[in-house]
Amino acid sequence: MTFEHIKQILKTKTVGIAGCGGLGSNCAVALARVGVGRLVVADFDLVQEGNLNRQFYFYDQIGMLKVAALKQNLFRINPDVRVNTFDIRLCQSDIIEIYGKCDVIVEAFDKPEMKYMILDAVHHYLPEKFLVMGVGMAGWGDNNLIKSRQSDKLIICGDEINAIADDCPPLAPRVGIVANMQANAVLEILLGTNEYQIHTEN
Amino acid sequence: MKIILNNKEEAFEGDQLTINELLQAKNFTFKMLVIKVNNQIVKKTEYDSVLVKNGDDVMVLHLISGG
Repeated sequence: MTFEHIKQILKTKTVGIAGCGGLGSNCAVALARVGVGRLVVADFDLVQEGNLNRQFYFYDQIGMLKVAALKQNLFRINPDVRVNTFDIRLCQSDIIEIYGKCDVIVEAFDKPEMKYMILDAVHHYLPEKFLVMGVGMAGWGDNNLIKSRQSDKLIICGDEINAIADDCPPLAPRVGIVANMQANAVLEILLGTNEYQIHTEN
Repeated sequence: MKIILNNKEEAFEGDQLTINELLQAKNFTFKMLVIKVNNQIVKKTEYDSVLVKNGDDVMVLHLISGG
């Protein structure tokens, strides 16, 4: 598939992103770059200096709503992308309403309780939707520990081991890897498997 | 019995296990768990009643902080 053909398909698609921190902001950037037509992003938080070690924001955006700053940044990359923003703390009914029409939903929350909340909502109320989750990305190194797996319409990206702790903070490289893995899984859902790509190691 | 646990075939003694027995057998002691049996989410309150049987497809996912 040529990039022109890929763009033709992707511009008709809508991807929902729940949370605009390290996973959500970086995943949104990757999807905007390849030409996904519409992104639906939600987050209640403001950009803080401590976010800049991994999240796709700039120093001069400190204090802005993350969804507003992200929309600005996405337009600077691709002015054709349509971005719907919701500056709310998502609950199950919001998720059903906001993401019910998306082709794929990306889970990009920080707290495990929120990860459970969206998984439960999508499983019970939007069972036809693919949900791409990020689980385990704190720290550095251990490239080969990061992986993805699938259970029906649920795709899990991450090492599934390394939670955030004082001495195991989330940092740009591993967070970016998982965010881009999630974007890559979204592409596979939207475009299908690339038959021109080599899929085995030898 | 043989089940598929997290996409891998695994064998267990006996012909059925409750979710809690399975978690004990595997030494899974995580707090924030999602468990699916044949693609149905099992609620925490059902861990002693829902049974895993030969041929079942079980997903155990440990939700941890970070995003």
